[in-house]
Amino acid sequence: MAIFRSAMKKLAGGLSRTREKFVGGLRSLLSGRAIDAALLEELEAMLIQADLGVKSAAQICEDLQTAHSEKRIEKGEDVIEFLKAELKKYWPESDRTIKFAESGPTVILVAGINGAGKTTSVAKLAYQFHKEGKKVVLAAGDTFRAAAVEQLTIWADRIGCDIVKGSGNDPAAIVFDACDAAVARKADILLVDTAGRLHTQDHLMRELKKIYDVVARKIPNAPHEVLLVLDATTGQNAINQAIVFQEAVKVSGIFLAKLDGTAKGGIVIAIRNEVNLPVKFVGLGESFEDVEHFDPDTFVEALFE
Amino acid sequence: MFETLTNKFNDVFRKMSGRGRISEDNVRDAMGEVRTALLEADVHFHVVKQFCDDVTQKALGMEVIQSLHPGEVMIKVVQDELTALMGPVDTRIYFVTPPPTIIMMAGLQGSGKTTTCGKLAKYLISKGKKPMMVACDLQRPAAVDQLSILGEQVDTPVFKIEGEKNPVKVARKAVNHAKSTGCDVVIIDTAGRLHIDEDMMKQAEDIASSVNPHQIYLVCDAMTGQDAVNSAKEFNSRLELDGVILTKFDSDARGGAALSVKAVTGKPIKFMGVGEHLDALEEFHPDRMAGRILGMGDIVSLVEKAQETFDEDEQEKLQEKMAKGKFTLTDFMGQMKQMQKMGPLKSIMKMMPGMGANTEALDMLKGNELQGMEAIINSMTLAEREDPSVIEASRRRRIAKGSGKQPQDVSGLVKSFTQAANMMKQMAGMGMGERMKFAKQMASGDMAGGGMMGKVKQRSKRLTKKQRDKKRKGKGRRR
Repeated sequence: MAIFRSAMKKLAGGLSRTREKFVGGLRSLLSGRAIDAALLEELEAMLIQADLGVKSAAQICEDLQTAHSEKRIEKGEDVIEFLKAELKKYWPESDRTIKFAESGPTVILVAGINGAGKTTSVAKLAYQFHKEGKKVVLAAGDTFRAAAVEQLTIWADRIGCDIVKGSGNDPAAIVFDACDAAVARKADILLVDTAGRLHTQDHLMRELKKIYDVVARKIPNAPHEVLLVLDATTGQNAINQAIVFQEAVKVSGIFLAKLDGTAKGGIVIAIRNEVNLPVKFVGLGESFEDVEHFDPDTFVEALFE
Repeated sequence: MFETLTNKFNDVFRKMSGRGRISEDNVRDAMGEVRTALLEADVHFHVVKQFCDDVTQKALGMEVIQSLHPGEVMIKVVQDELTALMGPVDTRIYFVTPPPTIIMMAGLQGSGKTTTCGKLAKYLISKGKKPMMVACDLQRPAAVDQLSILGEQVDTPVFKIEGEKNPVKVARKAVNHAKSTGCDVVIIDTAGRLHIDEDMMKQAEDIASSVNPHQIYLVCDAMTGQDAVNSAKEFNSRLELDGVILTKFDSDARGGAALSVKAVTGKPIKFMGVGEHLDALEEFHPDRMAGRILGMGDIVSLVEKAQETFDEDEQEKLQEKMAKGKFTLTDFMGQMKQMQKMGPLKSIMKMMPGMGANTEALDMLKGNELQGMEAIINSMTLAEREDPSVIEASRRRRIAKGSGKQPQDVSGLVKSFTQAANMMKQMAGMGMGERMKFAKQMASGDMAGGGMMGKVKQRSKRLTKKQRDKKRKGKGRRR
């Protein structure tokens, strides 16, 4: 698997040793053991600690038990392969890739709560597309947080892509202009950054919906992707976030940020069970290069490392 | 969840009471429910385990078993224990003489350090202090700008060195600068860092050892999941924290991280951030937090939220208007907007005790009705909003068309509004006792068909042509 490679290299560099302090070896827990009640209990505890939540963790253990009684799996080691296969069933390849526009700019709307890592994630995506030779335009739609526009401008300069900023503080107006700019400059990708908003703040959610509507009206079939940026350290509240954002702007996938810490991001499995959202990207650091496509195999490996 | 928990407890105990004996096993069964509640609130697995074991021991020694309502007694034990675990509260900031008192903020990326610096500065000003903020986040692009803007907003000087790459130097110079400019509290904002990033943790240690902060606070996101223990533990062992500030409490997160962090660091939770505005920093209340974690609702926060949303002056003006019978549809819409600002009805209801688990009922509370009303009012002319009695059939049809509603919806709204406005006028003139009586009358159905939300299907009584002409006279038609 080529995926996560750069991250792995980085981890090998120094993070990994400190990391070991925190991550218990579930792999060793599994090896050479029979699948019995005791093992399943330990496994459930491990999954809960990876933020899967009580319900999803219990579900997985139940599935494992069924698979065991049906003789599809035999010993502890099979658990990991079983889970990998399950996750791939959850998230088929086609769900995890970006849907591009047939012609004209592909619009990607990026949303999430405060501090999830939206602006950095936008920069990472911009770099990825830029590297692939696509012409990228950024829309600086976070007009609320102090210096958010400056932050995105610095990223745009470093990457070497265009950015559309507005003078006012109406994000919908800025996005309106950005859509025009993207079409006029024959951009391949328009990345829309938005202000962080808690899903419980109704007026802000309506503001986001307005941005969505503006994009939809300006460019046919847009936005082609709506990515919800989730902090991998988030607990069960992420489910509520996903539900509310999904309702407001038809989220098409998750950008799982900050997966380079000790958090496992298991919440995305719980979210999948509740609202069926695939994870499309993972963020693994502060530089714009630290982004990877989501890969279920690596994700499961990381759960158990 | 609260009621569910109590009910489940009662069920567990009721099953046994037939046989007249309650055993240790039964208490353990009940604790299983607590375990789930805590885990769903993101309290760390091991913390939950320890907590449940402790409470089981305690409950067994108590009179839970003889109690008539063992379920309620158990809940009380659980809540008291949770409260005790998260306390004691100590929200004082210890100031030193001679000044300046140095406060350093640390935490993961995106936990809300920079915003919290601004909030803390504002809080300190309200306590009569003269704070200064120091921009030591040299990592994230434009973080220094962000702090500078916050500084302007809360009227606090911000110390920064253009082009400097070393935060240790900035911190050291800042303290000297504070001394010379008479600032008595120095708040150091630092870059967000992963607890496993050796270089960055070393840098935080270096800042701390070079300026010897009197207080070091960990800023922690209330929505953090199980990993909260790992980061808090590491920050605490590297920096010797003095306290914790929990942020983003205005979300609907149950906030179990509070318990995890307190359990692994033993350091008091000082404040919590409860909103986007810079005065949204509150002292920590463990009792309220315990209720929230158990899903028992947080009625105090609800009241506070309402107070925060509704502008007091505005309310007084409205009261006056109501008393004079001058409450118009424009005012009415303003009120609705304010209500919406409090969040979706669903999330407000969740704060009510006993409503947490009743999500089916909550799902029925969609904001559509309010939206429809808003559309109707938006389709009216100003004159119509000021005095809806001018609305006759043709205007009604126009409004209905404009709002995508039926003409009877329009008359329903007008009728409900007129009734409500009359009622307000009457009530405004009454004393408290009379008001209560009036409200009771209302409730018993003396004003059938009232109620703002009700759809009144019957046609409203039309004015005669003469009356309408009289109404219009002198007003002219404004469009």
